[in-house]
Amino acid sequence: MKVALLCSVVRTEEKLLMAALRERAVDFDRLDPRELQLPVAAEEPVPYDIVLVRCLSHSHAFYLTSWFESRGVPCLSAHHVVHTCGDKWLTSLALARAGVPTPATALALSEPSALSAIEQLGYPVVLKPVLGSWGRLLARVNDRDAAEALLEHKATLGGYQHSVFYIQDHVDKPGRDIRTLVVGDSVVYAIYRQSQHWITNTARGGSAQPCPLSSEIVDLSLRAAQAVGGGILAVDLLEDQQGKLWVNEVNHTPEFHGALEATDVDIAGTMIDYLLSCGEAKG
Amino acid sequence: MNKYVECPECAALVQPDADVEVGELITCPECGTELEVTAIDPLQVTLAPQVEEDWGE
Repeated sequence: MKVALLCSVVRTEEKLLMAALRERAVDFDRLDPRELQLPVAAEEPVPYDIVLVRCLSHSHAFYLTSWFESRGVPCLSAHHVVHTCGDKWLTSLALARAGVPTPATALALSEPSALSAIEQLGYPVVLKPVLGSWGRLLARVNDRDAAEALLEHKATLGGYQHSVFYIQDHVDKPGRDIRTLVVGDSVVYAIYRQSQHWITNTARGGSAQPCPLSSEIVDLSLRAAQAVGGGILAVDLLEDQQGKLWVNEVNHTPEFHGALEATDVDIAGTMIDYLLSCGEAKG
Repeated sequence: MNKYVECPECAALVQPDADVEVGELITCPECGTELEVTAIDPLQVTLAPQVEEDWGE
């Protein structure tokens, strides 16, 4: 079997994944998306059995997976999974369609309709860009003054995507959220991401602590992963003040450097074993 | 391979780990600039790409 590892820069995660591939004596090439050209009418066969997508850039992942799959090479994550998870609105729709509990959410395409949607949900709400990650450009909106100012700024200063207003009920979580890693039919680990700030992403300084894998966390994580197409996915869950869990997001290229200090699981090895099983199933 | 490479930002000598990979991000210990390793033999680095809007998980 031959594996293509799609990644531009090599972070802790990619280094561990390459080490796991080498430990298993897997033949692989690292392909840098910045160096690739994708001919539509390609004739040469693609010399890979499966592609592991570790792109930093969502657009790289989106277009590259479309090409590899068009050439008959499966990708992890699959193109449709990248498409869904890369867009918070499409993720919300997929979760709702599958009956997975997710915070009340609305989309609006103009400032007046966004303001109405915010007031219908009730303050505080969270405004998020539909594209983007690592907790960037999230805004908790506590009152109408802030809402009006923020909507005007987004519409005036941002690109067109910032006039796609994704508005979500603010879940008053206890200073932490829960991140799980789903690999196929298993939940590999759960961690708490704790922070004094309401944004708890480890990319924003949240610290990782072990979280027991309750049956509810496992069930919700698997259902969320299935709702967006399955594979190797990170699921973010929020606890409200009553202890109810809500699925907030599903990520198609999970980072796990923050989890290394909170779990003993061989994360990279588990991911590579699953990748190889998918490649063998395809072959 | 060379053990050291010059930081393109501050000219300090940077020594990556022995098992450094092409594409790996390293940090200059002098100026804190993030660098991307672009070749191993000879060792070469460039300024790491800046975070773009569609980057993430």
